[in-house]
Amino acid sequence: MTELSDVYIVGAGETKFGELWERSLRELAVEAGLRAVENAGVYSRDVQVLYGSNSLAGIINGQENIGALLSDFSGIAENNIPAIRIEASTASGGAAVRQAYLAVKSGEYDLVMVGGVEKMTDVFGTELIDLTSSVLDREWEAFFGATPAALAAISARKYMADFNVEKDALAMMSVNDHANASKNPDAQYKNKITLEQALNSVAVAEPLNMMDCSPVGDGAAAVLVASENYVKKHKLEGVKILSSADAQDYLALHSRKSLYTLDSAKVASRKALEGAKIKIDDVSFAEIHDSYSIYGLMELEDLGFAQKGKAKDLVYEDIKLNGRIPINPSGGLKAKGNPLGATGVGQFVEAYRQLKGKAGERQVKDSKYAMLHNMGGTGSMSVVHIVGGE
Amino acid sequence: MGEVSRFWRESVHRYRLVAHKCGNCQRTYFPPRDVCPICHRESVGKMKEVEMSGKGVIESFTVVHEVPSPFVRQRPYILAIVKLDEGPSLTAQIVDADPGEVEIGKRVSAVFRKIAQQGSAGIIQYGYKFILD
Repeated sequence: MTELSDVYIVGAGETKFGELWERSLRELAVEAGLRAVENAGVYSRDVQVLYGSNSLAGIINGQENIGALLSDFSGIAENNIPAIRIEASTASGGAAVRQAYLAVKSGEYDLVMVGGVEKMTDVFGTELIDLTSSVLDREWEAFFGATPAALAAISARKYMADFNVEKDALAMMSVNDHANASKNPDAQYKNKITLEQALNSVAVAEPLNMMDCSPVGDGAAAVLVASENYVKKHKLEGVKILSSADAQDYLALHSRKSLYTLDSAKVASRKALEGAKIKIDDVSFAEIHDSYSIYGLMELEDLGFAQKGKAKDLVYEDIKLNGRIPINPSGGLKAKGNPLGATGVGQFVEAYRQLKGKAGERQVKDSKYAMLHNMGGTGSMSVVHIVGGE
Repeated sequence: MGEVSRFWRESVHRYRLVAHKCGNCQRTYFPPRDVCPICHRESVGKMKEVEMSGKGVIESFTVVHEVPSPFVRQRPYILAIVKLDEGPSLTAQIVDADPGEVEIGKRVSAVFRKIAQQGSAGIIQYGYKFILD
């Protein structure tokens, strides 16, 4: 039996996130992959397997068989390198990196490419809302008019009522994301916003408005994951993936025990912290899946940074870039952007840059451990990784 | 989108609010499910159909302004999670009410309504919505 290997990220790259009208699904994926290869200083033909993360290309772009598409146009089909798509809704990116982690840890592979991509702007408006609602239970939620935003809003109203939380606290998540994204060249939105702007944007699903919701966008992100042997042999300086955990919850929000408790995040966070042998207080910064501002607060609590109902005590100061626990130094889903299949991989790109001290203006000082949380649907799945440590 | 209705199989459960009750632990599930998540294999073959009263209470709600394509004509609409008296919660619209009248904790009753039209053929789908008591 082969021995278990430590697992490292040895290269990372991403495209700009945003409305990239002139760029296709495959172009975006290839650009991110090539950047990761160049960043790592390896050759793409050395990659032993490609995991492609994507959520909705089948219905948005009319393209399935994503593994083959990415393999073909990144040039490695010539070398018959296997490629497979990992789909776990909006948690596809984290899930794909986890598959790479398991594949390398097991000793099966020494070098794995993970590429996440989403091309959302091929469809727009009410049609796109219908398609993105397919991550919900189509027959028992979306059928009746539920959308991802509407269900986040239902969680938000109940949360605000039960814990006496004002809308300001939710809006501060978006203010923080925009402030950080203003320092990220890859971000979809580089404009800072004020609390007033966040509170006064148009209604999407009350009480959430446009500034509570991550945008529609395109983008791709890629990381190269390598074994300890590979890192030593090629004298690479990787960032270690200390632990990887995922957990599931009921698909439909109405089937869960609580409208504002993410059991998937609770379980995955606990497992990831145990796996890395660290405590939540050891985490230097976190990238969390705040596709809607309310989820940012719920996640701060369920990942372990605050007691239930108390995230409001963190959102005004502690989560800032220079605060006690910086949240989403990349700009998060609200402002860096949320091209679904790319989002979770993009979190690793950010962590890699941060932990190597190459995050420029948004560098988190003295960072040692990053927690990365990628979530599917309205919380049906969470993937949590702890990265860094050396 | 084809010309065949995608959503007909569950119409009995949707039209009459038919749930499944586990013969092992007596918990009631809506939407119906063939395996009880508490009893697992002990429940197999013991999930019995039960019709619910359609009475319940609003757990939380939203007013949806950015709507999916089948619901464009209904914009804006009130969407809620309703906890039924028999135990399960479901997702449904609240109708015949102004948003200002709707509150968490208010009692509601199910009514049979048109939900949306599907696809280019405009196949009409029916199901439950709720009205304030």
